[in-house]
Amino acid sequence: MIEIRNLHKSFGGVEVLKDVSLTVAPSSTTVVIGPSGSGKSTLLRCCNCLEIADRGEILIGGRSIIKDGRPLPDREMNAVRAETGMVFQSFNLFPHMTTVENVMRAPMVVRGTPKAEAHDLALDLLRKVGLEEKADVYPSTLSGGQKQRAAIARALAMRPTVMLFDEPTSALDPELVGEVLQVMKALADEGMTMMVVTHEMGFAREVADTVVVMAEGRLVESGPPERVFSAPAQERTRAFLRALVDGHLAGARPLPTPPDALAALPDDH
Amino acid sequence: MTLNFDPVWAGLPELLKGAAVTIEVTAAALLLSAVLGLAVGIARLNPRRRVIYGLASGYVAFIRGTPLLVQLFLLFFGLPQFGILLPALLCGVLGLGIYSGSYVSEVVRGAIQSIEGGQMEAARSLGMSYRQAMREVILPQAFRRMLPPLGNETIALIKNSALVSLLTIDDVMREGQRIISTSFRALEVYLVVALIYFVLTNAASHLLRIAERRLSVGRG
Repeated sequence: MIEIRNLHKSFGGVEVLKDVSLTVAPSSTTVVIGPSGSGKSTLLRCCNCLEIADRGEILIGGRSIIKDGRPLPDREMNAVRAETGMVFQSFNLFPHMTTVENVMRAPMVVRGTPKAEAHDLALDLLRKVGLEEKADVYPSTLSGGQKQRAAIARALAMRPTVMLFDEPTSALDPELVGEVLQVMKALADEGMTMMVVTHEMGFAREVADTVVVMAEGRLVESGPPERVFSAPAQERTRAFLRALVDGHLAGARPLPTPPDALAALPDDH
Repeated sequence: MTLNFDPVWAGLPELLKGAAVTIEVTAAALLLSAVLGLAVGIARLNPRRRVIYGLASGYVAFIRGTPLLVQLFLLFFGLPQFGILLPALLCGVLGLGIYSGSYVSEVVRGAIQSIEGGQMEAARSLGMSYRQAMREVILPQAFRRMLPPLGNETIALIKNSALVSLLTIDDVMREGQRIISTSFRALEVYLVVALIYFVLTNAASHLLRIAERRLSVGRG
């Protein structure tokens, strides 16, 4: 479904993607993990040509969307983007539209879907992500988790064949992460082809068909989650997983008991 | 010294007629300025489109860098040398609109650039073209941010319109001067003329404040 061949990308002389190749099979979920700055978000954004890769090729549904720095012409690219749903870390809902308008606008504008039909479709999708009752409010009144679910519904309104998720839960309060991951899991279960950049290892373990580990712009390891997590072949992967575990432990460790300040005072105080 | 407003009251119908002309000229110039400002502001978003960007930037630089009065005289007294003889009213509207448009374009550009990049990306990721994304997502948001500075521009435009009296347009300024030429009551006439401008500018800023409030209801 998504085929990335020998992709290279530099930002002002700094090479952030170095010869990355990757295939996402139809109806499968690929989760991309790796330390920050490893190029995983850039890789995902290249799949939508929000970033233009310098070299290499990306095919979506068998169709080449960019080859050696030359993307499809604008008009065709718009059609490809319409069928490639994208979910952003910062939601990027349109603040001047209500939730339901956010979802129904693009089908109307891009595909000429009649308003009533677009509205029905939007309500269906909002129901699907559990936001039906928020249809007529503005995004500013939604919680982070609700915003992200609305953003997912907005992407689904174009009936995409592929969904790209760029750290969809990284901007959320911890207690709101679950509701978004649940929606994503339901999508994966329905057979959506998904590519997910995330730090949620639980999600990767449970939902991913393939886990891809990136570091310093290279794809260092990929495989089924059981193998990558339990028996990583590469030292880079082990180091990354160890750092994650250490981070969790550091957060969970109880604070050392502070010394009793009063006890240090002289008796006559 | 005594103040004598009698000539002013006698000439009040002419002054009010002049005020109507001032409103007409300003309104027409405002419309031109908005269209021009929007086009030039958008043209100046992307320096990589060299020709459009260059033309738009040249326009802004020249118009902002030269006096409005000189621009008006170029239109009114300069163009006839090429056989282009425009009616005075048209010269006034064109001159004011072109002048104000250069400032409005900067307001437009600033407001558009203040919208987070993620909005354009989200719109494009849904398959919208650049034009559709601008129309549906960026401009409606940018417009709300434009309103306060546009209020300033409108007020400046109303006041600058006094210069068109020098193009023989019978605005409130010229009507006032006409009364002075027969009554020699400069202080009284200019005080009333100032008051009329003051009422006009205040009404404009009041209207804009209402528009601002309307647009921000229920939206974050």
